[in-house]
Amino acid sequence: MHIQNASKLPPANKGYWFTVFQQLKGERIAMISAGVVLLIVVAALFAPWIAPADPFKASMLKRLLPIGSEGYLLGTDELGRDMLTRLMYGARLSLLMGVLPVFFAFVMGTSIGLFAGYVGGRTNMLIMRVLDIFYAFPSVLLAVAISGALGPGMSNSLIALTLVFVPQVVRIAESVTTQVRQLDYLEAARMSGAGTFEIIRVQVLGNVLGPVFVYSTGLLSVSMILASGLSFLGLGVKPPEPEWGLMLNTLRSAIYKAPLTAALPGAMIFITSISFNLLADGIRSAMDIKK
Amino acid sequence: MLGYFLRRILYAIPIALGVTVISFVLVYLAPGDPLNAIAPADAPAEVIEALKSAYGLDRPLVAQYGLWLLRALQGDLGSSIASGRPVSAEVFSAIANTLRLACVASFLGVFMGCLLGGIAGYNKASWLDRLATTCSVIGVSVPHYWLGLVLTIVFSITLGWFPAMGAGPGGSGEWSWDLEHLRFMTLPALTLCVIPMGIITRTVKALVSDMLEQEFVVSLRARGLSPFAIFKHIAKNTAPTVLAVAALQVGYLMGGSILVETVFAWPGTGFLLNTAIFQRDIPLLQGTLLILCMFFVVLNLLVDVVQPLLDPRMLRT
Repeated sequence: MHIQNASKLPPANKGYWFTVFQQLKGERIAMISAGVVLLIVVAALFAPWIAPADPFKASMLKRLLPIGSEGYLLGTDELGRDMLTRLMYGARLSLLMGVLPVFFAFVMGTSIGLFAGYVGGRTNMLIMRVLDIFYAFPSVLLAVAISGALGPGMSNSLIALTLVFVPQVVRIAESVTTQVRQLDYLEAARMSGAGTFEIIRVQVLGNVLGPVFVYSTGLLSVSMILASGLSFLGLGVKPPEPEWGLMLNTLRSAIYKAPLTAALPGAMIFITSISFNLLADGIRSAMDIKK
Repeated sequence: MLGYFLRRILYAIPIALGVTVISFVLVYLAPGDPLNAIAPADAPAEVIEALKSAYGLDRPLVAQYGLWLLRALQGDLGSSIASGRPVSAEVFSAIANTLRLACVASFLGVFMGCLLGGIAGYNKASWLDRLATTCSVIGVSVPHYWLGLVLTIVFSITLGWFPAMGAGPGGSGEWSWDLEHLRFMTLPALTLCVIPMGIITRTVKALVSDMLEQEFVVSLRARGLSPFAIFKHIAKNTAPTVLAVAALQVGYLMGGSILVETVFAWPGTGFLLNTAIFQRDIPLLQGTLLILCMFFVVLNLLVDVVQPLLDPRMLRT
């Protein structure tokens, strides 16, 4: 009897993130964007197996073939390499360069922000005032300046972009932590004998993670544009490596002869960045966090 | 009121100092010897030493910084290693070009943003709202260097309406506000204006649609005020926020135009930074960074000072 009843009980609470996901599934635009992102990620991951050609194989005879040529679906670039293949391989580096800085900033920024907010007092003041200085630099300028100073290269632009985003994430994490720190249930947790680490992990992090996660997803599109922008300037990925920003740069000389091909890599950056943005908007409204 | 202004100005000083430190130290993170740009690889040791002391590179970093700051305060940013010209002269002629472009682009962007955002806010959930939202999402998502390229392909190469590069006929450095020069500015300004347009549209839309639901608007309507009179109230209430966002956008465009300036070969600070980076011209890099960031710090300060003048409620919090 009891066992039969048990099956009719409402489903167990699957947790906050599950309900957010359920909510997100109802947002049509966000789901379409997620599909586009997924498609690009799949193309990037499986590029070596599904790409039609070798991304480095150049041919002087087949330079700048138009889109839809025989055997070259999206034409060829200025060195006669297959565009479709290079765009697929390019997705690997472009996505990596766009997503990694945000991930690093998410981890580092949350840690610093939690620490600053939880410790409070002068230490907090000091950390936040130092970060205010980074706020005084417009983000594109800061990214260009740091990676320009460190010299061209992938890892240097990763460092530069991470440094651009960390202060922004810290600000969010710190302000939420400071708010939570004064709440009664934190005091209650402390009195019930929870250790500092336990309180930070359960009470504080539980509150901070949501807003910081939403903010970070919003950074993805900016990060994509900036990372490819650095490569476009010649500060990021080096040739002959396929990367969308760099491809846009090297194809610039071809805008008179093959304008459509020249615009393709940028279109990919645009599609990815707008999908990230729409997905982030969806997540934001699913989690009901105001900007 | 005066106390607030003083506090705000005092607060800006350590930030400004911090900016000078970062501008100065940043370039020392770089691997390699700055002298590589001027001294040949096989130069004798005495020549290297002489060059080092000429540029002050033989002193400790802190002393170098102190000296640099002291000189910078007097308007002397050293001379460019590559061209030998004073950095301040190079930066100021470039910054004038960038500022003109950034101001025109911001004006266009803010104007269109307010228009789109206002329409969307007034017509919530209509097709106009969706149109404005789409425009703003595109505005914040589009890689502007690519947009510049696309505009060049369409309006310059295909249609031939506007020149693709430069800031004036014959590559002349002199700017004047005539039709000929404005034709050169059209494409870069259109490219740049998309970013502030997207952000302002979003801000204005949220503000206006929030405001329209507030009780004071309902009561104004109940008292029989004309829609235009109500609009004036709304404009007055949104102005401080829009102003703050718009002013910051000018600052972002000043720093962010580097990519667009590269696409259009616009002779501004972005172009200068690019040159400084690839020629490893350290004084030029430091100077350009410093001036741009000081500009941004001052802009921030101005926003904070002007905002409470528009909306005295801000002083109470």
